[in-house]
Amino acid sequence: MLQLALVVVVLSVLIFGWLRMLPGGPVSALLGDRGTAESRAELTEALGLNDPIFVQYFAFLGRAITGDFGTSTGVSPGKPAMELFLERFPATLELSIAAILLALIFAIPLGYLAARRRGGWLDNAGVVGSMIGISIPIFFLAFLLKYFLSIKLGWLPTGGRQSPDIDATRITGFFVLDGVLTREWDAAWDALRHLLLPAVALASIPFAVIFRITRASVLDVLDEDYVRTARSKGLTRRIIRDRHILRNAMLPVVTTVGLQTGALLSGAVLTETVFSWQGIGQALAIGFERKDFAVLQVVIIAAAMAYVLVNLIVDLSYAVIDPRIRSAQKVS
Amino acid sequence: MTSSRAAKIDRLASVAARGPELEPGPEGSGSRNATDAGVSLAASAWRRLRRNPVFLVGAVVIGLFVLLALLAPLIAPHDPALRLLDDQVSRARNEIPPPQDGHPLGGDQFGRDLFSRMLLGSQQTLLVAVLATVIGLGGGLVLGTLAGAFGGWVDSLVMRIVDVLLSIPSLLLAVSIGALFADQTQFTVILAVAIVQIPIFARLLRGTMLSVRQSDHVLAAKALGVKRGAIVFRHILPNSLGPVIVQSTLVLAIAVLDAAALSFLGLGAADDAIPEWGQMLGNAQDYFDNQPHLAFLPAVCIIVVALGFTLVGESMREALDPRQRR
Repeated sequence: MLQLALVVVVLSVLIFGWLRMLPGGPVSALLGDRGTAESRAELTEALGLNDPIFVQYFAFLGRAITGDFGTSTGVSPGKPAMELFLERFPATLELSIAAILLALIFAIPLGYLAARRRGGWLDNAGVVGSMIGISIPIFFLAFLLKYFLSIKLGWLPTGGRQSPDIDATRITGFFVLDGVLTREWDAAWDALRHLLLPAVALASIPFAVIFRITRASVLDVLDEDYVRTARSKGLTRRIIRDRHILRNAMLPVVTTVGLQTGALLSGAVLTETVFSWQGIGQALAIGFERKDFAVLQVVIIAAAMAYVLVNLIVDLSYAVIDPRIRSAQKVS
Repeated sequence: MTSSRAAKIDRLASVAARGPELEPGPEGSGSRNATDAGVSLAASAWRRLRRNPVFLVGAVVIGLFVLLALLAPLIAPHDPALRLLDDQVSRARNEIPPPQDGHPLGGDQFGRDLFSRMLLGSQQTLLVAVLATVIGLGGGLVLGTLAGAFGGWVDSLVMRIVDVLLSIPSLLLAVSIGALFADQTQFTVILAVAIVQIPIFARLLRGTMLSVRQSDHVLAAKALGVKRGAIVFRHILPNSLGPVIVQSTLVLAIAVLDAAALSFLGLGAADDAIPEWGQMLGNAQDYFDNQPHLAFLPAVCIIVVALGFTLVGESMREALDPRQRR
């Protein structure tokens, strides 16, 4: 937890410094091009830019803690950046969860099979495929999917989260889940169809990385003495697979899943832009183009926090997977 | 916590630093593999690399790419900045010049010869990859050496900042660095891509240096009274560079891909008279529905080049990893 606190403190200093280094300084950053000399002087005073730098930093910290990150100037002008973030965050979360689930569902079984049949066609295809997977620019893959499956074949919608003619009830902000909860099945199905292509595009890199780590990790475990012992005891293949191989091979995989959240957020910026997905990734891309620093600020802070949080959960989940860590904790 | 990504980098560092020869076997340090006796880590790694088809394919791809970049000005039939076919461009009807005599690939969205632009694009793409990697490597070397050589509070301070930078998703970090520049040029892209790599290099080098610092030859040098500076620069640093070199090869691929992503997001020079594949791909997004080949050609080039660097980097990492010796 100390680590977490330290990260937050250093992050706040970096963001504070970043805001001051923006071209034109924070006043231009917050006012955009709309500032007159009068309003600039007013804002300079109001922001306390005439105060000593430490006072300014703590004032910034105070505003940040209360969720006041200024007003959006470019993405949706006039709206508080925090409100905009909260509105869009569920969309990105829905997309990210769908992508990581897709990656896990396919990568772990395929990685296991590739390792069991090392050198076979599945293994070779998988290794080559995962190398290509991390070498394709993700926005280009998104374009390819959209071009062939949506525009040429017309099987799936080209973008957005829901068809405009569907009037769905919103509860959680996760459109698919909302449809299920309200039993508006056509809305849920429609949202799922919108979700599919962006999720596939976003899943490509986590899939490639998780596939490779699963394969490598299973290969390591296969050589272990306890697997040979289990075989010679005459345990069934299934029990050896579930209890001896997979369980021991999962630890590096779980670590990788945590690490991939960072890549996922980077990918979301690109995927959301291609598919007009109304999430924070798209907000960031638009915010960057229109120099909306209030939005950039809140998205960067939130992304870093989310990343730290996910990896905290990953660290905690080690204890669930690995009894050695559990007993070590009890001892200490 | 953030320590996760950092820990992964550290693990990579320590595995590579220990090296197979230093791993104590059950009978002590005398239990070397017979075939490896007296062979340095680098030499045995190179022996395994030479036979690895993955490495060879990657090396050939990179070789061809570099050759193309060098020869491009000689082969290219036209000036890539000249709008030779401007009269055949129609914005309203989404028309661009088709392939024709003297222009085997036709023109781009501004009527410039696409074939020449593709050829010369290799130069700028190579430049982006190499410059971004060199700057990232340089920054990482300075920070990593500082932390690894001094330890103590210097190490703590540098590593806390590095940890925070690692916790910001790379593309977001690159975009926020890009936002700091009022005038954006292709160099802004290079700088943004490079700065993102600095914390990774720093963490990797520091981890390797910390484990090399524990080794016997450093202890021996200390006992002989060798000065601290000499120990760091002659005994620790040269022995810690292996993982960093491997990472550099992978970063060459990442730099090409990240530069393309940043161009796609609108970072970089509006003026693209000097072609670069990532920028060509990023700028082709508005024409994708009607003229997909404008995006397709640079994209395929980027994928092949990135794949080449990745193949070489991954096979080098495998060759240096003692666990791969079977």
